[in-house]
Amino acid sequence: MLDELNNPPAVHHASGWRRTGRVLLVPALAVFTGLVIGAIFIIITSEEVYAGFGQSFGAGLAAVWDTIIKAYGAMFAGALGDPVRIVEAIRGGNALEIRRAINPILESLVNATPYIFAGLAVALGFRSGLFNIGVEGQLFVGAAAATYVGFAIKGLPAVIHMPLAFLAGAVGGGLWGFIPGWLKAKTGGHEVINTIMMNWISFRLTEWLLTGPMTRPGSGGMPISPVIEKSAEIPQFFPSPIRLHLGFFIALAFAYLVHWLLFKTTWGFNLRTVGANPYAARYAGINITSNIIIAMTLSGALAGLAGATQILAVNRSMAIGLSAGAGFDSIALALLGNSTPIGVVFASLLFGALRNGATRMELLQIPNDIVSIIQALILAFVAAPAIIRTIYRIRVPKEAEEAVFVGGSWGGGK
Amino acid sequence: MATIVIHRKKLETITPTRRRVLGIIELVVAALTVVLFMLHVQPGQVSTFVMTPGGITQGIAANWIVPVFGTMLALTILSALLGIYQLVRGFGRQTNLVLGVVAFFFIFSFLLWASAGKSLNLAGMLSASVLLAVPIVLGAFSGVLCERAGVVNIAIEGMMLMAAMIGALVGSVTKSMWVGLLAAIASSLLLALIHAVLSIKYKINQIISGTVINIFSTGLTSFLSAKFLQTYQYLNNPPVFPRVPIPLLADIPVIGPLLFNTNIFVYLMYIILVIVQVALFRTRWGLRMRSVGEHPKAADTLGINVFRTRYMAVLLGGLVAGIGGAFFTLGSVGRFDEGMTAGKGFIGLAAMIFGNWTPIGSFLAGLLFGFSDAIATRLTLLGTGIPIQFMAMAPYITTMVVLAGLVGRSMAPAADGEPYNKE
Repeated sequence: MLDELNNPPAVHHASGWRRTGRVLLVPALAVFTGLVIGAIFIIITSEEVYAGFGQSFGAGLAAVWDTIIKAYGAMFAGALGDPVRIVEAIRGGNALEIRRAINPILESLVNATPYIFAGLAVALGFRSGLFNIGVEGQLFVGAAAATYVGFAIKGLPAVIHMPLAFLAGAVGGGLWGFIPGWLKAKTGGHEVINTIMMNWISFRLTEWLLTGPMTRPGSGGMPISPVIEKSAEIPQFFPSPIRLHLGFFIALAFAYLVHWLLFKTTWGFNLRTVGANPYAARYAGINITSNIIIAMTLSGALAGLAGATQILAVNRSMAIGLSAGAGFDSIALALLGNSTPIGVVFASLLFGALRNGATRMELLQIPNDIVSIIQALILAFVAAPAIIRTIYRIRVPKEAEEAVFVGGSWGGGK
Repeated sequence: MATIVIHRKKLETITPTRRRVLGIIELVVAALTVVLFMLHVQPGQVSTFVMTPGGITQGIAANWIVPVFGTMLALTILSALLGIYQLVRGFGRQTNLVLGVVAFFFIFSFLLWASAGKSLNLAGMLSASVLLAVPIVLGAFSGVLCERAGVVNIAIEGMMLMAAMIGALVGSVTKSMWVGLLAAIASSLLLALIHAVLSIKYKINQIISGTVINIFSTGLTSFLSAKFLQTYQYLNNPPVFPRVPIPLLADIPVIGPLLFNTNIFVYLMYIILVIVQVALFRTRWGLRMRSVGEHPKAADTLGINVFRTRYMAVLLGGLVAGIGGAFFTLGSVGRFDEGMTAGKGFIGLAAMIFGNWTPIGSFLAGLLFGFSDAIATRLTLLGTGIPIQFMAMAPYITTMVVLAGLVGRSMAPAADGEPYNKE
């Protein structure tokens, strides 16, 4: 049984492109269906459409078509760039114009960076049977810790200061993950509720920090921190407006690290065993208590890094509206990526692009919350592949899919 | 499918360690009272507790004037004595009650300290507690209904948020609070139906299903709010249910203004409390529902339709959550703000766990959470020197402490969270 856990049967049965295709089929269709239903929401809340149908049925249909094309056209151009503009800019040869034209796709990578960390955090939790909904709060605390180290310590060389601030993010987030992990392991308090409570506590805490001990001198009580020192900055590669930074590659490295930890080490094996079947784990002599605590702490640390990179590489100072909900999106990311680090990276790229594209949609009076709606839909379809299979009449694959198990009840844990 | 064996833990086994730890905690609380509060008041100071909430004309009571130092001293000595007895002998079955009493003494000392030499509207604070408790208690009832039938529902937050928004929107458009309330309930029922279909029919993990609904409803409410409610103010201006005094009962001093001179949501809360408590534990319907939550297979064997029972339970839960959500806009501020439920749905779940999955227990736990929330908001006004943000953490921290102390001993329905496969 333990052997099966380590090597999911699906790996042996099929390999190569066909397997990849089959694995990707349901998520791809889920994304597609999510976008289609998202379009319906855009249409039924569009004033132009109602105005069109007010004139005539034909004009209404035209308005529907026009609205969708405009909305998703804007999303595409905002996420990946406008091909026409890129070609023209390259022809023109103006360096600034080229940078502007190719910026959207690079900005999507910037958006994806905190997603990768946050998604990894949730995925690591899932793998160990824990549902970490507290990523948002851990991200905030991590960001605050990184900011503090970033501006309060002065005169360090960048080689030391930047990693130190980065690490502070991990420590802050890790602490915020440790508390619910400890409570879960020692008292059985369910992590879903505790992490959500920790979210709210962290929002209040950062609000207090930013208006009190960490406020920017002369900001007049506005909740904003001082700008971090130059030596703490994670470098960006290109001049303005491109913000692509080293943090993106650090995130990829961390994805590999988590993959290695989970799937190549004994420790990761233990962790996954605890997640897949705590009874079997206990029978095998694995210490469940310490595994839960370690998993939650690491999960929190990863979430803290999401906040730290965002501060050190992009924002360079901390304000209240820091993450735009990256912590909540991360649950969808981990599920979409089936809680594998590689899956999380791809899901993050997709969501980073969606979020980035949504900023362009805002210009069309479509609030960017549409992305949350689309995400929820994608999440539902990925979690319940039967819906997608029913819609598109796909047969159930012969081999059992490798699904990640998360405990479903409030059970005392002991 | 392996055979399910229901393990019933013994409720009242208090280990010697737990006894000692609690005793030490109680002594520490007594010591904290001295260090934090008693050393900071002058002898001779008094606290004036106003016993009639503002804006009330029925059931007026005289102000209550309390000497600060003497009262604190008495409470501290009592706490310390209780702690010592707990440490040495233990209170057995009464342990939690005693813990509650000590906590109450501590909170009261805190209030005395905060209001020393000033006046505090205690009745106003308590009536605010009841109002703040409404969504928490209704959320907890919603949880009780779902989970007694074996469906974990963490989507209560999302359902309440949606109901709050739809209630405000429809209430504003129709200019009728009743239509708004019905629309709010309908929207919540719709989300409950989605939760039921996803988790009962498609058998997806119930926590994931709940998370889907929470994300969806946060997204949709923010989307509609940004697109319409913020842009056109007349769409976000619903009528609010007024205060309705109950004849005679409202004239009782202290209790009258607190419980019987308030808005319809509070009365609905009492009514639902009675109905759910009686229905669950005194009727055949409730017995069937609980059996589905404890051992669906056995229930199925006896001819109970597990799926139908669970659908019914989740929908009823959605109905109750819808009322709780409508309270935010139609029963309280008369305006929808993004994310205004602020975790109340989850606190409701904690109240449910604290209340051991019973309506009456959830109700009392919900009142406790409401009280901690009210303390936070009221004391901010008194200016205690504690930052507002720390006060605002109170309900969340209370929730965590309560969960930590009690989940180990409370019993979830045995089949809670497990999809049922009919073979």
